[in-house]
Parts: sequence; structure tokens; C-alpha cells
Amino acid sequence: MLAVVGTVPERNFPLVAGEVLLKGERIEVREQVVPVNRGTPALLAAAVKAGEVLGLSPPFAYLVGDIGLGDGSRRLYEHLVQDLPRSHCSFIAFHYLQPDVDWHSKVLFSVEAMNPRPVLIADAGFMYAAKMSGQAEAYELFTPDAGELAFLADEEAPHPFYTRGFILHEEHRVSDLIARAYEHKNASRYLLVKGSKDHVASRGGIHAVIHSPVDEALEAVGGTGDTLTGIVSVLMASGMETLEAAVLALRINRLAGHYAKPSPASHVMELIAHIPRAMEEILKEKA
Amino acid sequence: MVAFFGNKRRRGPARLENQDRGILVFENTSEVIRAENSLKSRGWKVRVMGPPPEIRSGCDLVIEFPLIEELNILRTLREVDVCPLQVVPVTSPLLQPVDLFQAKDFGRYLMVRAANMKLTVDKETQRIVNISGGGCPDVPYLAREMVGRSLDETPSPAQIGHTLCGYALQLAYEEMKRRCSQW
Repeated sequence: MLAVVGTVPERNFPLVAGEVLLKGERIEVREQVVPVNRGTPALLAAAVKAGEVLGLSPPFAYLVGDIGLGDGSRRLYEHLVQDLPRSHCSFIAFHYLQPDVDWHSKVLFSVEAMNPRPVLIADAGFMYAAKMSGQAEAYELFTPDAGELAFLADEEAPHPFYTRGFILHEEHRVSDLIARAYEHKNASRYLLVKGSKDHVASRGGIHAVIHSPVDEALEAVGGTGDTLTGIVSVLMASGMETLEAAVLALRINRLAGHYAKPSPASHVMELIAHIPRAMEEILKEKA
Repeated sequence: MVAFFGNKRRRGPARLENQDRGILVFENTSEVIRAENSLKSRGWKVRVMGPPPEIRSGCDLVIEFPLIEELNILRTLREVDVCPLQVVPVTSPLLQPVDLFQAKDFGRYLMVRAANMKLTVDKETQRIVNISGGGCPDVPYLAREMVGRSLDETPSPAQIGHTLCGYALQLAYEEMKRRCSQW
């Protein structure tokens, strides 16, 4: 089972844990409803759509309201520390959470107490915390974009906001940044790097570069990285090897975006609606 | 015993244990005390300490704070009229905020990126059409509050954001306003 941990941008949204329903352009967890615009709701909506194609149950979500004050995230961390050792999820995708090194370590300690230990995926704020805490290697997959890859590559930076200029200047040299991230142990087993060309890499180097179809406008559309994390998490939870799941997820996300005929003003829900068609096509090609 | 050593191995290097902390440097000790009182009264976990050797300005006390919440903490200090001379990460006090911007022109739309945050506007109306990137929980919140509004109407990330992602978005917002003012 796939569990997704994240936040929604509403201060009064309670802490909920349960199966996710997608109803139109909203997700629902334990009768709490939130619109899908970007962030963890977009990840969950994409995961529901992808799971439907594969005949999988919807993901299990741990959600809480947090508008950046960190109060919701800390309550959720505390809940995870108590709840995870009793949980039966085999894959966990951590997403928009207030980065906090102490809480990250406590959550990871609880994960280590699980038997069997789940496979960990991290994106957004929790990926920042994983790097900051020096425990990136506990993760199977990170999904950074270009700016976040530069942050992973900068062994000094505590957040992308403080990434050093000489490293940001290297941004077009993705392979060098990936190597630097691994050299300083700031990368997960696999990296899925989002960009005008997407890269899938490990300590052994770059395994795949995906560059088509090309829809440059997607870079501006908030939530397209979140949908990608949702798709790859579902493919991994279906039993697929990480490398294959990453490559297929990138192709599916690009194709769904292409079918949405995006402009820089598009809404991520337009892409999500095309995930089933794109996924069926890509999986059929693979077969 | 195995679990104990397993946990020990999992801990990062000592250097990394303060990675999410920052330092506020002030002109004099009375400002440090005022700032500490203001922040503690609002519930932040801060502590007064001696400055690291790399800090060459300010008094002989600094305040350690949760770095991620820099934007929110600076706003609080402005409210009580105590402004730090410097704000730096604990582990690398010489680091500076990003000052590189990438812009992409889509014709009708312009996107500006600062660090991990991207802001896109419709050049004709100067309306914000998308915000993407980032990983802190105020990013979806800022997007909800800002998308659909013009650059002049929108609340700025400095007003309603809380984290370093919000701060990066503020830089992108300021750069976008600068570019738009030149049209």
C-alpha cells in the first residue's frame, strides 16, 4: 500500500488519515474536502488516476492544514512517530511539509521500526529536511527540479534559498550536479530530475534522459512536479522497479501535459484529466 | 543493542545537526534582548548565544532561530522595530541568499525564477497566472492568494509568506516587478 504524507494550504484543515477519494476537482479524506490546485492534493489526485488505470486501491493519505507556520506539520510529524510503527504501508511518499531536522530524524526512526521497512520517496519540503539532516541515503527516490538539484549538490546549503551562486551557474550541467550530490551523500538511491530534459540517475550515473514531447509551458504550471511524484509513487507501489517506474512516470506526465495543450496559464487539473489516456498509451507501448 | 547502534549510524554528521537553524546578528545587546523577548513571547524556539568566528559585525551575542521561518521572523521583528544587521545560516555563516534570476519569455507570458520558486505573469495584464516550484507549506497557500491577481493588487510574499520558499518567491516577485516597470 502507498501512503502519502503532506499538507493542504488551509490553516483549519484537521489532521486526517485515510483513503483518498477524487470527486471532480476535489479530493476527500475522511469527509474532509480540499480542491486540487497544486501541492499534495495534486499529487494525490494524480495518484488516484494512475492507480485506477492499474486497478490499485487509492492511496492512503496523512494530511493536515499548514500555511507555512509549521504548526500543522509538527502535529503531523508527532502523529507519524506514533502511528507509523503500527502501519502496514510498504511505500511512503513524503511531500509538502515544513522542513525540520529534528522531526525528520524522529519520523525516520519510526520508519526504521517498521517491519518490513517501507520504501521511501521524498519531494518538496521533506526532501529538503532529508538532505539537511544528512540522511538522504535512507531514501529510494528524490524528485528535484533544476533549482532543487543545485541545492542537493551544494553540501553547504541548508535550503535552496541559500544555494551558492557558483553552483547555480552550473545548472545546465546536470550530470556534474548529480555527481556532486552523490559525492557528498546528499542524494537518494535514485534521482528523478525534472527539467526541460528530465534525467533519471543513480550513483552509477545517468540512466535515462527524457525530452519528448516538448511543451515548454509546463515548466510554469504549478503542480506538474506534484503529479509526477504521484505517478511514480503509484508505479513503484505496483511492484515496478524504481528505474523503470521513474522513466515511465516521466513519459506519462509529459504526455498527459501534452494532451492538455498547456499554456503558462494552465491549471494542473487539466493535466490530471489526461493521465489515464497517457498512462494507457505508454504502458501499451511498453508491453 | 543492534537497534541502538543502527540508530546511531543513521544520525548525520554533527555539522549537520544545526542545518535548519539560522543566526540573527544585532547592533547591540539591548536589541538582542528585545528581539529575544518578542520572539519567545510569540512561541518561537530561539536562544541567545555567542557569535561564530565568521561574524565580524554586531555585538557579542546573537540569536539562534529556525531558519526555515526566516520570512515570518523578520516580519515580527519589523513590527517591534528591531532589525537585525545580518541573517545567516548557523552552519555556514558566509552563505548569502540567492541573487541569480532566470527568466523565460513565453511570448504573452513571462516567467521569473529565483532559487526554487517560479512566478509567471501575463505581460498584457500583469496578472499572475501561475506559481510553481518550492517545497515549504506556504507555497500552495501563496499560490492560492496570489494567482489571478495583478502584480499591483496582490499581497506580496513578504506580507503573507512565512518560510524561505516564501522569501525566494518574494525575490522572484520583486524581480518581476522590476522587469515589468521597464516595459
